[in-house]
Amino acid sequence: MLGRLRQMLIKEFIQVLRDRRTRFVLIVPPMLQMLIFGYAATLEIKHMPTAVVDYDNTQASRDLISRFAASHYFQVRQIPADRRQIPLLIERGDVILAIQINEGFARLLGKGETAPIQVIVDAASSNTALIGLGYVNQVAANFAQDFQIQRLERTAPALLSGIPRIVLDRRPWYNVDISDRWFFIPGVIGNLIMLIVMNLTAFSVVREREIGTLEQMMVTPIRRVEFILGKTVPFFIIGLFDAILISAFGTLWFGVPLRGSLGVLALGTVLFLMCVLAIGLFISTVSRTQQQAMVTAFFFIMPAILFSGFGSPISSMPEVMQWLTYLNPLRYFQEVLRSIYLKGGGLAELWQEMAGMALLSIIMLTVSVLRFQKSLD
Amino acid sequence: MKLHRLVAVAKKEVLQIVRDARSVGIVVAMPIAMMLAFGYGISLDIKHLPVYVFDREGSQQSQNLLKHFQASEYFNVKKAVSDYAALVRALDRGTCKLAIVIPHDFSLRLNAGGPVSIQALIDATDSNTANIAIAYSQAVIQTYSQRVQLDWIQRHGIKKMNPPISVESRTWFNENLESMVNIVPGVVVIVMAVIGVFLTALTIAREWERGTMEQLISTPVTELELMLGKLAPYFVIGMLDTCLCVGFGTLWFGVPFRGSWSVFFIASALFLIVVLSLGYFFSVVAKSQLAASQISLLATFLPAFLLSGFLFPIEQMPVAVQAVTYIMPARYYMDVIRNVFLKGSPITLLLNDLLALAFMSCLLVFVATRSFKKKLT
Repeated sequence: MLGRLRQMLIKEFIQVLRDRRTRFVLIVPPMLQMLIFGYAATLEIKHMPTAVVDYDNTQASRDLISRFAASHYFQVRQIPADRRQIPLLIERGDVILAIQINEGFARLLGKGETAPIQVIVDAASSNTALIGLGYVNQVAANFAQDFQIQRLERTAPALLSGIPRIVLDRRPWYNVDISDRWFFIPGVIGNLIMLIVMNLTAFSVVREREIGTLEQMMVTPIRRVEFILGKTVPFFIIGLFDAILISAFGTLWFGVPLRGSLGVLALGTVLFLMCVLAIGLFISTVSRTQQQAMVTAFFFIMPAILFSGFGSPISSMPEVMQWLTYLNPLRYFQEVLRSIYLKGGGLAELWQEMAGMALLSIIMLTVSVLRFQKSLD
Repeated sequence: MKLHRLVAVAKKEVLQIVRDARSVGIVVAMPIAMMLAFGYGISLDIKHLPVYVFDREGSQQSQNLLKHFQASEYFNVKKAVSDYAALVRALDRGTCKLAIVIPHDFSLRLNAGGPVSIQALIDATDSNTANIAIAYSQAVIQTYSQRVQLDWIQRHGIKKMNPPISVESRTWFNENLESMVNIVPGVVVIVMAVIGVFLTALTIAREWERGTMEQLISTPVTELELMLGKLAPYFVIGMLDTCLCVGFGTLWFGVPFRGSWSVFFIASALFLIVVLSLGYFFSVVAKSQLAASQISLLATFLPAFLLSGFLFPIEQMPVAVQAVTYIMPARYYMDVIRNVFLKGSPITLLLNDLLALAFMSCLLVFVATRSFKKKLT
């Protein structure tokens, strides 16, 4: 049995690695994706192009505006004289945010009344708008705070020392600079491993079926078990190799810290690979052509990535979807990756995720292998 | 070029598509599935973030402050714990993303005057969530602080004061700041990119792999006829899918469509030509279906997702990456799509995008035609 299995393994490795283009596919696209993700995926908002219309034109209004200009969140690009120009500026995309200070701003402030400022934000990109509005409120609140203290200074300086104030002492843990890169890179590793291994596995069997060599395989003395092992072990090994390559590249190139233990990371990767192999095998049982395999794989991969917490938190999804994510092996793996990379998590924190993947891999492997055996008949 | 030969190739391709029941299903199911997955899976609205609190004082004032957190829709105060270690465990395990610690002498120091700080421990592994959580806890604290101050001032015999400024914000194009409104139109771009690849990427590679290419080459069909004949049916399917996407997006997700239909269809047609030609080109170059599918996905799906401004604002990327986005057709199409769905801008503002798409489609059709040579090597 070992002899036949060895022959089969050799054949598979040759088939995958012989073709220059397949070798290329295994190495270059993952690296490229890692690079693009690392550089392009940023949700931070800085230097938002901003327009300011100041109808008040007093010291107070100018002070407020200079606070906006001085914060690195905003970049005052346009100072139109007329607020009717704002719609065009926003529609053209010249600015995302417009701040309007009406006449009487300083007068209202002086009288101790609330002076409104108007803000218009282009919410076609909702995240940018949400964050931008948050910053506007922050700058305005700081201005208000300082103004209040100045006012008190004038009217009742004796009270000033006793005024209560509450401040937020924020401590971002695990990712002190709140870097998007640190968030995305570990996640990309998970996505890429899934993408590569699932496609390889799904394509390999279907390819034999499509070009007719599967029949030839069936007339050799090879047993089913050996065939299945021969079709999975090589991709498991290639997947592991790719996992090491991708994680090393992402970690070293972008300087993402790896704080947990490599052993736990390896265990998580192995469990995840088994799940992916099982899904790959399953896809190969329901596809006759490579095109079908590709599309079916995509149908698995896309929701798996979207509902894994990779890009946006699971807690913001509709509740039904939140429950469904428990069936998604990538969900667990993402948690494992981020925890090990950034939090230095170990088995004590991650045993539930590991158990989840182990359970899923056993169920899925059983189903796939049974189906696969049938599909060979 | 003879029209009847072109039609013959197109007919053969149509038959091949129609006979494969699954690929017909995919053409319909794929856009809808993607719309659903993206629409529900990516939610950047951070709401009901799980929060743990550790109130070391337990006074009325500290409880009052916590009520402000509870009242905010951004936070979901899940648990009040009674020691610090429990907070650390919860953050490590990921059961809460934000932990608020109120010092044991909170009300005492507040009444004595001067600043009191509230600690916010934030799980910053997810950078975007962390940023938003910080901004909103800051807002809660600032509002509360201002209220305490005004009360205090009033108690000290100064006439009632109002908060100095208020921010009146208006969010254009997406009044409720829902990320779904922002994402669903963007999904149209991604669907088109993916469909284009799926449909064409394998079309030539398959003929090589199955050996039917020799038969095709021995027919009198010319390179140009072959390409147009192969792409025409897919173009029609692609355009049908565009309609499907718009219908589903507006009816199911309730996303508005404010712009002109003709601009939308022109842009979609141009973008589709670009993607189909790219898929064809890679299919010719790669010759193997696995390689063709992987490379095309890399060349169309990834830029549509990452470099088009779909989720990640282009102006926040490093300058070099920004430069790269200019050669990505998806960037221009995304701009048009956002505009016609959400903004309804006049066509003059979109002229640049349309011209860029037109130029790219001409270029790629040319490249794709020249890439294929009727030769057996």
